[in-house]
Amino acid sequence: MSLIEVTGLVKTFERRQAPWGRPRLIRAVDRVSFAIGEGETLGLVGESGSGKTTTVRCLLRLIEPTAGSFLFRGEQVFGLPASRMRALRRDLQMIFQDPDSSLNPRMTAGGIVEEGLVIHGIGSPADRRARVRELFEWVGLDAGMAGRLPHELSGGQRQRVGIARALALAPAVLVADEPVSALDVSIQAQVVNVLMDLQQRLGLTLLLVAHDLRLVRHLCSRIAVMYRGRIVETGRAGAVFHAPAHPYTRALISAMPDPDPGSQPPRIRYDAAGFDPEAELGEVAPGHWAATSAARQ
Amino acid sequence: MNDDRAPLLEVRGLTTEFVSERTGVRRVVRAVDGVSFDIGCGEVLALAGESGSGKSVTALSVLRLVPPPGRIVSGSIRFEGRDLLTLDEGDLRRVRGARIGFVFQEPMTALNPVFTVGDQIAEALEVHGAARGAAARARAVELLDMVRIPEPARRARDFPHQLSGGMRQRVLIAAAMACRPPLVMADEPTTALDATIQADILDLLVAMRRELGLSLLLITHDLGIVARVADRVAVMYAGRIVETGPAPGVLAFPRHPYTRGLLASLPGRVPGTRLEAIPGAVPDLAALPPGCAFAPRCPDRFDACDGSRPDAYAVSPGHTARCFLHGGAAR
Repeated sequence: MSLIEVTGLVKTFERRQAPWGRPRLIRAVDRVSFAIGEGETLGLVGESGSGKTTTVRCLLRLIEPTAGSFLFRGEQVFGLPASRMRALRRDLQMIFQDPDSSLNPRMTAGGIVEEGLVIHGIGSPADRRARVRELFEWVGLDAGMAGRLPHELSGGQRQRVGIARALALAPAVLVADEPVSALDVSIQAQVVNVLMDLQQRLGLTLLLVAHDLRLVRHLCSRIAVMYRGRIVETGRAGAVFHAPAHPYTRALISAMPDPDPGSQPPRIRYDAAGFDPEAELGEVAPGHWAATSAARQ
Repeated sequence: MNDDRAPLLEVRGLTTEFVSERTGVRRVVRAVDGVSFDIGCGEVLALAGESGSGKSVTALSVLRLVPPPGRIVSGSIRFEGRDLLTLDEGDLRRVRGARIGFVFQEPMTALNPVFTVGDQIAEALEVHGAARGAAARARAVELLDMVRIPEPARRARDFPHQLSGGMRQRVLIAAAMACRPPLVMADEPTTALDATIQADILDLLVAMRRELGLSLLLITHDLGIVARVADRVAVMYAGRIVETGPAPGVLAFPRHPYTRGLLASLPGRVPGTRLEAIPGAVPDLAALPPGCAFAPRCPDRFDACDGSRPDAYAVSPGHTARCFLHGGAAR
């Protein structure tokens, strides 16, 4: 049994062109299924609007899914009462994309990181302060910044406070939605190292949502590529990266700018008109699946 | 580029400061500190750096658009034979947009939401006296076609919100190219866009440069974009250019420890390994060390680094690094 098993996840939104208009149903997430084993790292890649963020928000029930099943340690998460969900969230922690809106502007950085420990009644005040110092060090923040308010920190420092907060309760699963895209390149690498250290030290299971294929390739053992609400390709990171089977994955990989002179692959373009939302995932190589017409045959 | 011709843009010793007073304490932040670079005709120069490195302020300084309390304190900016720093406001307006086009990062905020994109491009042409009325509108449609917007005549009647982010950025590029300026400055033109759209826009800039023979000053934090588009690169750190040279040479054989660190910190080269992150954080520009600004984070630091600011030493033809490893009295 996998730690995380998602089956047939669907999330539809109603959208009206005008308040009096007829609602149109938009399938942001369309029959998405994947599993993550204990200590495994899965990267969910895709461009804006692909449904990757909506997928993880459904898993944490920050928004309610329309259909599907999510088993966490064999327990059905969708439909759990709020009280049980609160307890579960200790094990399922999230790092958000936008540090500006996800931190309480009136709490100090130290208070934000400590809050989860207080709520769950963990440790004495002295233990908690020591824990906060340790977390600050992990994410590369000076201990002296614990007394600062979010607006007194840089965007990068704020994001690191968000990461420290997510780690405070030593969760089993860390869901990270674009955790480094707001950071400077030299700082990104520090945070990537922190995530790798934690993953190894704590045996953390990581679900990483990112548009940066290279980041996902670096951190994750497996990749799932999303396009228009569907997973169009999934497999071991190296296989998806070096032998992409879906035309969209090929286009995405060829679009990534490569700083290594001369190693930029030629552009491959993907025609959205050729996308078949009904194409099922088929195994193109052992453990490597793609929703291509060829794979269906 | 052509050595017998003067460069299109020649920036020398450009220094821009921001002065603020809080509780009686005067803080001087030198955002751009003695920056010099050239852009030849038809050349693409990338200014690369992290936030706070001074790359955007450098571009704004060239246009003399630095917002107060920032001001240019010294230097010269020769463009088409004139020093932009000594031009009066009227002459300067005839340079901005008409002779130097610019494209900014946020395609939504740079467009006016209540006018059609065709009208906005036509307005740019009318302001600079390039065309009027129906001729300007027809030219706007031509420009939309030039930036590969399908059905340009129909799209010209669209409002910005009806276009995707990539299409809006194409409109801004069309507007920047409206008066056929010889130089276009683009500040992170693809940062807000998805990878495939970003690649399309970069391809478009490369094609425009080839077709129109224009020069491009590209500001970016992404060394991948530098490799894709630029002929030469200038890497900035704490307001100074720390390394400059032909883009392939700098990226393949970086000589400044900061450039080396930036390249080494990119993920994906050897998956699953620790990245060689640059320790510490970008320094506070109001409290820079007396020596090299990168010294506190530098793996190759030695005695000379803390004494004085390193000069730019030549490491190969056209390639310099502002680092004592490559010259100076200490070695």
